[in-house]
Amino acid sequence: MSFLSMTRNIAENLFKGPSTRRYPKEKREYGLKSRGMIGIDIEACIFCGLCSRRCPTGALTVRKDQKEWEIDRLRCVFCGYCVEVCPKKCLAMANHYSPCVTERAAAVHLERQALRDAADAPAEGKE
Amino acid sequence: MSQRNVIPFGPQHPVLPEPIHLDLVTEDETVIEAIPSIGFVHRGLEKLVEKKDYQDFVYVAERICGICSFMHGMTYCQAVEEIMEIAVPERALYLRTVWAELSRIHSHLMWLGLAADAFGFESLFMNCWRLREGILDIIEATTGGRVIFGSCKIGGVRRDIDDETMKGIVEKLGTIGAEIGRTTDVFLNDYSVQHRLKGIGVLSGEEAHALGTVGPVLRASGVAMDARKIDYAAYRNLKFEPVVEKAGDCHARCRVRVREIFQSVDLIGQAARKMPGGEIFVKVTGAPNGEFFSRVEQPRGEVIYYVKANGTKNLQRFRVRTPTFANLPAMVKMLEGASIADVPNIILTIDPCISCVER
Repeated sequence: MSFLSMTRNIAENLFKGPSTRRYPKEKREYGLKSRGMIGIDIEACIFCGLCSRRCPTGALTVRKDQKEWEIDRLRCVFCGYCVEVCPKKCLAMANHYSPCVTERAAAVHLERQALRDAADAPAEGKE
Repeated sequence: MSQRNVIPFGPQHPVLPEPIHLDLVTEDETVIEAIPSIGFVHRGLEKLVEKKDYQDFVYVAERICGICSFMHGMTYCQAVEEIMEIAVPERALYLRTVWAELSRIHSHLMWLGLAADAFGFESLFMNCWRLREGILDIIEATTGGRVIFGSCKIGGVRRDIDDETMKGIVEKLGTIGAEIGRTTDVFLNDYSVQHRLKGIGVLSGEEAHALGTVGPVLRASGVAMDARKIDYAAYRNLKFEPVVEKAGDCHARCRVRVREIFQSVDLIGQAARKMPGGEIFVKVTGAPNGEFFSRVEQPRGEVIYYVKANGTKNLQRFRVRTPTFANLPAMVKMLEGASIADVPNIILTIDPCISCVER
């Protein structure tokens, strides 16, 4: 039994800086393997819809006729299953979180293939 | 005779990380009876098995608990693998063992911190959680997540740890281990800690066995029962003995967990030395048909998974008996006759995980 079991710790803390990070100034560096935001190389996508069928939370929507791929970033749980099943390997995970949003709708991210965009662009311009 | 009072304890209470409610029937300062009520965080995950593909359900199983998440996924995978008679590659079994032991270390460090907080030793609490960060960094570097590993899948594991990284992990665990040793010495030797924990919430070996307790609670009462001894994953090739303490009080349960941290560090070292090469998963096709009971030793004790499949992509029945659920009757028993000031310590020493209990 001892009374002064933390003495060494106290002495160390006198000379050592804090263990915590001074956050906004000093940001945390994510590891290379950290699972984070899902991104897509939309031009390589074949719209097979496997990612949306496999997604455990139903965060992904694929519309083949519209050539659209949509993710609700607030529903994504960063499991990486979509990246694993993608046959064209056009999905990838960044090692950081998705940006903050102030309303739910802003977290829904839509990607549309350029071919489709080019056809739609004049029509949208008229409106 | 003094007057009886009922003191409500929880569901929101400073020592409780998760919601459980207890009605403490007291006479003066002594608890006469404790009546627990649970059901604050029920999510219906067992029923969800009928809606999800059996391979996707690994992700749901992992989310039953945030602390032993990897072991939940692993238990589920083991059950389905047994039903489908899949031979999992040796390397995958070793990797599962390494991750399981890493999560045991981080869970026990977290518990030591919470226990220190419960008896009012703030700086010790922060020290434990600082050390836990080192373990979480290893987990994040190898799996990509801090607490949800997402690495187990039916037929093996999703990610590999290369030999160089494995060597680094063992070295890092050596240095963290020395630091953990200095901090856990406080739990083992400090006068104030012993004053708060010794002789509190005593559970004899017979009582512990009769009440069906599992894990560190059972082992602290002198019963050498450890589900790792049933040789799942790579444990059949590793040398270890269940950690047993005789006293059965709060301090004994604390000592069991402290010793288990070092046992886990040793097991990871052994697994790293013996890890074979080769594939990390086998491709799984078809659907399971049959039923199986899977058992795994989690940080809190033995978890039992019952999985019943009927040859379709969705399972028919899924039932989880988590360690905290098994330990609740013992907790109620220990609270009887305890002083009201010792209630937080007794509740904490079963390491309650309420989200596990209610699923």
